[in-house]
Formats: sequence, structure tokens, C-alpha cells
Amino acid sequence: MLDAFGQPQSAVVLGGTSDLAGAVVRALAQRRLRTVVLAGRDEERLRSAASSAAAAGAERVSTVRFDAQEVGDAARAVDECFDVAGPVDLVLLAVGVLSHRQDELNSSATAEVVTATYSWPAVALTRAASRMSEQGYGRIVVLSSLVAVRVPRHNFVYGSAKAGLDAFSIGLGDALSGTGVIVQVVRLGRAPTKMTEGLPGAPLSTTAEAVADAVVAGLESRAQVVWVPAAARWVALARLVPQSLWRRIPG
Amino acid sequence: MPDVSGGQLLSGWGRAGATRAVVQTPPDADAIVDLLSAADDRGIVARGLGRSYGDAAQCAGGTVVDTVRLAGTSAVDAAGEVEVAAGTSLDTLVRHSVPDGWFLPVTPGTRQVTVGGAIASDVHGKNHHVDGGFCRHVAAMTIATPTGLRRVSHAQDGELFWATAGGMGLTGVVTSARLRMLEVDTDRMLVDTDRFVDLDGVMSAMEGGDDRYRYSVAWVDCSGPIRAKASRARGRPGVGRAVLTRADHARAEDLPSRLRRAPSPPGRPRLGVPRYVPRGILNRASIAAFNEAWYRRAPAHREAEVQPMWRFFYPLDGVADWNRLYGRAGFLQYQFAVPPSCGDVVTAVVRELSARRIPSFLAVLKRFGPSSPGPLSFPIPGWTLALDVPLGAEGLAACLDRLDVMVAESKGRVYLAKDSRLRPDVLAAMYPRLTELSSVRRRIDPDGVVRSDLSRRLGLD
Repeated sequence: MLDAFGQPQSAVVLGGTSDLAGAVVRALAQRRLRTVVLAGRDEERLRSAASSAAAAGAERVSTVRFDAQEVGDAARAVDECFDVAGPVDLVLLAVGVLSHRQDELNSSATAEVVTATYSWPAVALTRAASRMSEQGYGRIVVLSSLVAVRVPRHNFVYGSAKAGLDAFSIGLGDALSGTGVIVQVVRLGRAPTKMTEGLPGAPLSTTAEAVADAVVAGLESRAQVVWVPAAARWVALARLVPQSLWRRIPG
Repeated sequence: MPDVSGGQLLSGWGRAGATRAVVQTPPDADAIVDLLSAADDRGIVARGLGRSYGDAAQCAGGTVVDTVRLAGTSAVDAAGEVEVAAGTSLDTLVRHSVPDGWFLPVTPGTRQVTVGGAIASDVHGKNHHVDGGFCRHVAAMTIATPTGLRRVSHAQDGELFWATAGGMGLTGVVTSARLRMLEVDTDRMLVDTDRFVDLDGVMSAMEGGDDRYRYSVAWVDCSGPIRAKASRARGRPGVGRAVLTRADHARAEDLPSRLRRAPSPPGRPRLGVPRYVPRGILNRASIAAFNEAWYRRAPAHREAEVQPMWRFFYPLDGVADWNRLYGRAGFLQYQFAVPPSCGDVVTAVVRELSARRIPSFLAVLKRFGPSSPGPLSFPIPGWTLALDVPLGAEGLAACLDRLDVMVAESKGRVYLAKDSRLRPDVLAAMYPRLTELSSVRRRIDPDGVVRSDLSRRLGLD
């Protein structure tokens, strides 16, 4: 069960091999987390994520495999996670594929990014929401991005998918009102992780540990939107910049 | 989206962590047995007036039995005993019994709890050092279990009786109880008040003098360094100044003739709190200011002040829904008990809260007398301290985890009726007789259907 501080004892992590997810799991294990199901694609990386979760204090760690390109398989993957975990206090969604500028006009690259960043997560979240609604309680934390607030020119494929997922999650949270299930969207600045390796540093960047701390604090506050770093909330003003100017901002 | 029409969001008095359950309001004990025997592993638990601070009367995804329709009391007989349906509130009970000169043998700080809830938490009052907990005054009770209706007393299946006393509803649903009431002559109290500059002073006064009074309680100011600084300047230790009030029921001959009349029932709440309260009304500054004003108002020493009993026992019942003052974020109450020799733990807790600048309303300090035989009943001989803290205070969760360890190491425990955040692995150290509870539960509930959010969170299933 969740405690009064919103801290979970059991969690399902979709995208369990990501660096950010790993940091969040470690932070939660410092508090009340004991049961974790890590779901991801790469078996080897799942194994290493599982052992670091166990080292952080999780007592029951299991793994479930899925491929974020298989949208039709998303509900199955989520069900498997719930069946393994027992009642699930928290679902953390950390799934996505970053786009690259050279692939902008490549339709198969677009399909890959959009599927892994929007379609698969949307289906998986729908299934998780319905499982949690049956439980009568639960938290869903969706890792979103500042690029979802206003999609940048240099990263519009990924940005648009994140924008879609962000909007989907907010809508899902509203739809779940009265069920005992709360959806929280965490909008992140850029964190230096495997995903962003080789990319230049950016303003409003953050670290995996800062993200983890913000998620723990966000669970306590029950806020619908959590900004990391906190100053990133001013990025919302980017919506006011005229498009003609916005497209000239270098990536 | 999923159909939620069959369920209802429930939270505790602290208003954190609502979960959804199907709420049933069965008309009688037999209907409750039917619900219990039909229940599955999604669970079922009783709920009275929802005054437990945490998640004791919630059952996410399962069934919650609201006992509201189990109402009514018999007349108090010549021996002072009364048979009360478990959904009856203490408020209803005293309105019925007080005009005939019968008061509750033990009362918590609010009348807005049911008799069933008072048993499930084995509630205590300001007279615990003399009279023990609520269940000591329960002569017998009827419990609906998944395996049928059982009438139990100290002598008849005492094991189930005491597992239910303070058992947080985990043995079934109490449907009725026979209470031994306390005879009172008037509805007035004779109250002695003393003010102390620090915790050590009030604690030694309580150790020395509590036994001369039926009722004794101290209110301790845990507000942070604002005051500590001022106290240091005056060369005083500065942790936990306090106001001690001790009292007995007034007899008719103690009172001036205009007050010598039959006891009358309490008034209705005159104040309420609106449904929506902005965030942060109760913050460190406003709480410290309140504590300051309250301390200044109390006399340094006053004897035999005549007070209406309703004001003495239930100062907060005058304000309906006061828990809303904490806003949407909610709050929690931390209450622990430690053995008589561990008064230093009380001081350490107050010092820790004040050093961490955690805003806390007046804490309530009391001495407990002997414990009851209930394996999950909270009171143990010694000290108990209870304090309200708004959720969202910086560093609160980690601070309380440290306090738990301190309490457990001194063979103390926290009160589960107030709890919403205890670490499950500390529970067994605090309540070493958990296996007695589980063996009773296995006997009367072999499928393990009686459970709550609290029992799941603490691993009591």
C-alpha cells in the first residue's frame, strides 16, 4: 500500500532499464519500496537493473520483457507485470526513443520514435489505469519532457510524441478522478543518460538523482505536474514565443 | 473509463491517501455475517465515523461495512450497564445516558466515534492512569465474523475478545457491546491548572501528583526555535513548555446552588470549516502563534475551577470538520507510548521536532496506567505523546522514521489508529504479540478476508 507520503511498497517500472528509472527505484527503495517489477527489452540490461534494485534494498525483484515497437503486445506486458507484482502501488513509465535530426524525413524512423514514445506507452497506461482502478487505488508517474511543453524545431518528432503522451497522461488523470488512481506527469529538463549520450548540454538540464528526488517529493505532494528542475516551470512561457522566432532557436 | 459508480473514495481523518471501495450499509448483524462470508481476497473491513487518522477503515478494491444502521441503545440498568449497537456514536450515547447521571467510563477527545470504533482502537482517555482503556469497561460484545456471530466477554472466548480490543477491525465487525458506565452527579468538572516552562517540570509534576486525580493531561508546545531562542536568552532550557490540567467530576455539594442540577447533554457544534480551504493556512508561523496565545492564556496556577464537562473533555467537538483546516494536503497524527523509565524519549522527540522546525500543534502528553491483555491494544504503562503535523512539512517522513526507531528501541510503540506511515518492519518490535492476533484471525477467518489498507500496508495479513 501507499503510505500517507504517497510512498509505494510495490512498483512496476515500464522502461526499467533506463538510467532515470534506475535512479528513481534506488530512491524509492530508500523509503518503502520492497517489490519491483522491471519491464524492458534488453535482457542483459534488465538483469543488471534488477541487481542494482536489489542492492538498493528491494527484496522481491522480477523482470518482464517487452518491445515498445509491438503496440499490440502492450496490454499483455502490463498484465504480466501486475500478475507478478500483486497489488501495484506505483507504475513508473520511462519508455521512449529519441529522434535524430538526420532522420527527420525518414518515415520508418518516425514510425519507430512515435510508436515507442507515444503509441506503446498510451496503450500500456490505459491497461495500467484499468488494473489500478480495479485495485481501488494507485499512482501512475509518467516521465515527460520539457520538449513536450513546446516542441523544438531540432527535435520535433520525439517532441511531438512526448507532447502527445503528456497530454494523454493529463487527460487520463482527469478521467480517473474518483477511482483512487492518481496520474502524475514529471516534466524533465535534459538529464545526461544513455539516451542523450553524445548530445550537447542544454540549459535547464538536470541529473538522474535530481529526477529521483523530484519523483519522491512529487509522490508526497500529489501534484498533477512536477517540473525538474523546479525552475523549468517557466518553460511554459515558451508557448508565447511566435513560431517564426521559435524555429530559429538552435538545438 | 472504468465504472466507479459502485464504489466510493474513502480516506481517514487525516485526509491523505484516499482509496476506493464498495460501501455497504447492512441493516443488522446477520446481514453483516452474510457480507463477511461472501467476501473474497479483495477484503472487507468495518468503518464507523471515519475518525481513525490513517487507513484503518479503508479497504481498496474491496468492501467497507459502514455500521451507521447499527444504531440504538438500551436503558442504563441499575448496575450501570448499557447494551449499545456498535454503530452508535459516543455522542448519541451520552445524550441518552447523561441526563440520568451516567457518563462514559473512558472517552477519547471527541464524541464523534462509534462504539465499534472505540473498541477496535481500544481508545483511551485522560483517565487511563486510573481506569485503563475503553475495553476494560466492555462487559461483553457481539462480533460478526466470516464464520458466524459470536458473543464474547473476558470469560467467554477471552482470546477473541482481547484480539478485538484494539484489533483495528481485523477480527470482524463488532455489532453490539455491553458497557459499564460511570455514575456522575453533575455535568461539571473541578479543574486544577498549572503552567510549566519546560517538559521536565511538567513530567515530574505528573509523576508526583497524577494519582490524586481521575483525569490528567498536559498540552505541550513543540513549536520550533522561535521560542527556544527567547528561552535561551532567559537562561532556560526551552524545550516543550506545557500546561497541565487535572480534574475530577464535581459532586453536587462542590458546586454553588445555581449549578446544582441534573447533568445536561452537550450542545451542537457552533462553528464549521468550509469545504475548500486554501493551502498553507496552518503553517509554521500560524501554528507557533496559536501555541503562543494558548500558553499565555493559561493561568500559572489555578485550583478547583468549575468547568462544563463538555468543554473539558471535547474542546475540538465545538468545531465541525476541523480537519479541513489542513487543506487538500491533509495531515497526520503521530502518537507513541514508551515505558515509565523512558521519559527521556519524550524529551528527545520534542527536541527533534523543534530542532527540525517541523510545525506541530500542541502535543498532548499523558501518563498511561496498566495495559490491557489485547495483543494489538496500544496503551502500555508509561508516557504517551500525540501531535498533529501538516503533511508537506520538509523532512517529515524521514524524521518520523527516526523517531520510530527511538520508540521501538525503548520498547515503546506507535498507535495504529493514528498511523498512516509506519515502516512495516518496525511493527513486530513495537507489538511483540502479533502472532496471538494472527492465530485468532486464522480461527475465525480461515480465508483471511477481513483486511484493511492498514493491514496490507503493515503486512498484518
